[in-house]
Amino acid sequence: MDTQTEDTKPASNRIAAPSVLRRYGSQLGIIGVGLTMWMVFMVAAPIVFLDIDIYVAFAQTSPQFGIIALALTFVVITGEIDLSFPSIMALGAAMFCIATAYGGLPWYVGLVIAFATGALCGLFNGFLVAKLNIPSLVITIGTSFLFRGLELVLMNGTGVPLTAEEYPEMHAIFREPFFGFPIQTLWMIILGIVAWTLLNRTRFGAHVFLVGDNQTSARLMGVNVVSVKMRAFTLVGLFAVFAGLMTSIYGYYFWPTTGEGFLLNTIASVFLGGTSVFGGTGSIVGTFVATYIIGAINAGVVSAGINAFYTQLVFGLVIVVSVVLQTLIERRVRGQSMTGR
Amino acid sequence: MASDSNATSAPIIELRNVSKTFGEVRAISGIDFKVNRGEIVGLLGDNGAGKSTMVKTIMGFHRPDAGGEIHFKGKKIHDWSVARARGLGIETVYQERALCEKQPIWRNMFMGREMRTKFGLLDVHKMRSEAARLMSEHMGFTSAAVHPDNVVATMSGGEKQGVAITRALYFEAELVVLDEPTMGLSLSETKKTLEFIANIKKAGRSAIFIDHNIFHVYPVVDRLYVLDRGKVAGTYTKDEISMDELIESLYRVARSGKME
Ligand SMILES: Nc1ncnc2c1ncn2[C@@H]1O[C@H](COP(=O)(O)OP(=O)(O)OP(=O)(O)O)[C@@H](O)[C@H]1O
Ligand SMILES: [Mg+2]
Repeated sequence: MDTQTEDTKPASNRIAAPSVLRRYGSQLGIIGVGLTMWMVFMVAAPIVFLDIDIYVAFAQTSPQFGIIALALTFVVITGEIDLSFPSIMALGAAMFCIATAYGGLPWYVGLVIAFATGALCGLFNGFLVAKLNIPSLVITIGTSFLFRGLELVLMNGTGVPLTAEEYPEMHAIFREPFFGFPIQTLWMIILGIVAWTLLNRTRFGAHVFLVGDNQTSARLMGVNVVSVKMRAFTLVGLFAVFAGLMTSIYGYYFWPTTGEGFLLNTIASVFLGGTSVFGGTGSIVGTFVATYIIGAINAGVVSAGINAFYTQLVFGLVIVVSVVLQTLIERRVRGQSMTGR
Repeated sequence: MASDSNATSAPIIELRNVSKTFGEVRAISGIDFKVNRGEIVGLLGDNGAGKSTMVKTIMGFHRPDAGGEIHFKGKKIHDWSVARARGLGIETVYQERALCEKQPIWRNMFMGREMRTKFGLLDVHKMRSEAARLMSEHMGFTSAAVHPDNVVATMSGGEKQGVAITRALYFEAELVVLDEPTMGLSLSETKKTLEFIANIKKAGRSAIFIDHNIFHVYPVVDRLYVLDRGKVAGTYTKDEISMDELIESLYRVARSGKME
């Protein structure tokens, strides 16, 4: 218990730090997959992939699901899943439209209402999962229908135009390039830094890891498991609304079907990024890179003139192969057996 | 001796008529128990007697059944929780160790009481270096597996235990609860752990010590509780009973449920 400061380093040189590979194995792995894919695309379709346009295109579209993937990473690390975020995207954006287009309120009030809606949806999910102990896989399917249904009823199934004339501020925030840089990716970077800091440099983030690793241990040591999970779900709600607004403004129109088609891309980004479905481990860097890999496949396959039907095939291949590789490499690095986790 | 001189000041922790029921099972019932300042209290009893349940109730992990009271330094506590208990200076080595095995040692060491910088962000650097210092100086672990960045899962059983024990001692808690801390430890590690407990007393702090090995418990404690089937079967100060008499009466309790 003495607090000498002079010798903070371990006395014995037998105490070796885990290798870089061991510590950052899965993050390096996903970056490797990303670079490899890029090379393949360059060789396969040099005309497309040496042109800046393709990068602009997927820098605009990938963050639309990637931003949610950042938040979903927290939920998955706690050992849960949220399948309701596509509906939250729509409900949040719908509330914005109701407040501004129908209610005549200014855009910033609309934003507050939209984010409050997202937070409430997330809190509700978190309450059901953490407080009532209902499996998240089951209950968020339920709330997904609930939120979507609510949105369809409120909007009566109709859309709302979101033109740049009517909503100049919203277009400046969510769509127009920032000094020529795709603002969607700028947001992805900003929110990525926010998420990284939350996960790696706050108590909340530390508790996210502990809760996902061993809930009972965490509780025995005084971690409030219910609150940690509720906050993680709330984060998804907030980020989903952000993405819902960004997506709607990008298309100049609010569709009542907003969010459809986002589910698998988003979840794939989290798992491809090396976050474990068993909870307790995961990384924001991984999710970030994986988002762009998935975005690149989308954009790449289409712009390379490959039949769009191949997109899913390529998707499937990349995801299956890289998740399998990641798992194998990780076990190799950790020195674990093939079956024992 | 020590307990006499402190008799006037309020006990660190006191349970009054505390019971805990899990469904049909009444794990502990009507427990009266206290730990005075500077006192090492031993807790003995058969498997399933309710020792660990009592510890977890003291820690706020279990909420006692209605009618039970927990007093901390003479004040009745209403909303007791693990975070609150730790905040007030009670640390525990749980029987099940309470580690998160996929996490690095430093995260386990500071689990639930993470260090922060003045900006409110985690002080990861400090936690790492403190964990490294504690593991080598405090526990004397020198194996390559105990670098602070290594995950707990790959450590040996005794090393894992070392993490749990070091963690409980690190915060210099007023009351340290040790639920079978020597289980699975080597001879020299056991000796070291018993010395730690003796040091707790020297520093004027208190401890609750649970162990099935009477030869470990008897020498370091001031007072003893014997638990049987969820009830306090007897309590002794050390000058009231010799080790042989204690062993004799423990057998008697196991047979009849009565001390005398
Ligand atoms: N969470 C729980 N749910 C149901 N029953 C429980 C729970 N925790 C403990 N029990 C029961 O309470 C009784 C006391 O258990 P406890 O773990 O406190 O015993 P113990 O004295 O620590 O035993 P040991 O020496 O084996 O560690 C046992 O019969 C056990 O089955
Ligand atoms: Mg026990």
